[in-house]
Amino acid sequence: MHDVTIPPFESFYEQHRTEVMRLLRRRLGAHRADDAFQETFLRALQAYARLDHGEHLRAWILTIARNVATDTLRRAEPRAEPVELGTEDALPAYEELAPLTDGLPPAERAAVVLRYGYDLPYDRIAAALGSSSDAARQAASTGVRRLRQRRRTP
Amino acid sequence: MTVSPDLDRRFRDSALALDLVDVGFDVVESPIGSLFVAASDRGLAAISFEARPEEHLEQLARFTGPRVLRSPKSVDATRRELSEYFDGRRRGFDLSLDLRGLPTFTLSVLRELAHVPYGETTTYGALAGKVGHPRAARAVGTVMNRNRIPIVLPCHRVVGADGSLVGYGGGLDRKVKLLELEGWL
Repeated sequence: MHDVTIPPFESFYEQHRTEVMRLLRRRLGAHRADDAFQETFLRALQAYARLDHGEHLRAWILTIARNVATDTLRRAEPRAEPVELGTEDALPAYEELAPLTDGLPPAERAAVVLRYGYDLPYDRIAAALGSSSDAARQAASTGVRRLRQRRRTP
Repeated sequence: MTVSPDLDRRFRDSALALDLVDVGFDVVESPIGSLFVAASDRGLAAISFEARPEEHLEQLARFTGPRVLRSPKSVDATRRELSEYFDGRRRGFDLSLDLRGLPTFTLSVLRELAHVPYGETTTYGALAGKVGHPRAARAVGTVMNRNRIPIVLPCHRVVGADGSLVGYGGGLDRKVKLLELEGWL
């Protein structure tokens, strides 16, 4: 555990809002990105006071943004298949896990990357996914199982 | 890929409306310079003559929680009362104050300070006497110097026993202007 305090939200917001907006515009287009932007940072605010350290905040906010984008697309097309996460906005910090987890359903991919790439506890992953800790644990474990199967059948 | 000012404002307003902000702040213009002003749901938490927000955010977060957000609406009441005060239309403030995290001695000194009327002054020694520590004038000076809510908690109304202005956290020229505004100088 590093002794890192959580930065004031204003600093966090100033630091990441441009990148969040870029991601959301790419996924949703300029029109729908505005509402998703607001939703992303409101979700972050909701969970922010419960964070126990300030590490990996960039990965965390981008995961929230991806999930908001996915929810937005699901609402728009209720019967469509879950949106596949493209590689176009794979992040430098994800480099090792990104190719490995590509193609997993979004929630599982996010849970696996946050758990094993960033070593975040399940309650924080849950906050990012907008789910319960149990659901986050389940998503990570299902994702890992799926990856194992994939390795066995190249 | 910038965030438009309109979207930025909508986010900040929503955050406040949804009660997701521990403390909101803004920079307020005044005749004695730009002021950094911060308020929580408990009340006014800070006024500073150092108007650059980045100088204050960490300290605010320590007292009130990490959800520190620039939010013009959160300081509307303070902005209004300050404007009335500087226009000479207000002699006392009706704002509730957020004094979380302050030690007992500081709180008791500030409580006495709040009772010093508009247009009058007291001395460091007299304030020290009122809180039951007549020899603690120097400690009272330190409390004045660290006052998180100047103007509203009127440390500009505290002067030396010989009537000299002594000092002011925001600079003596500001103390002079405030005392002139109130008609004491």
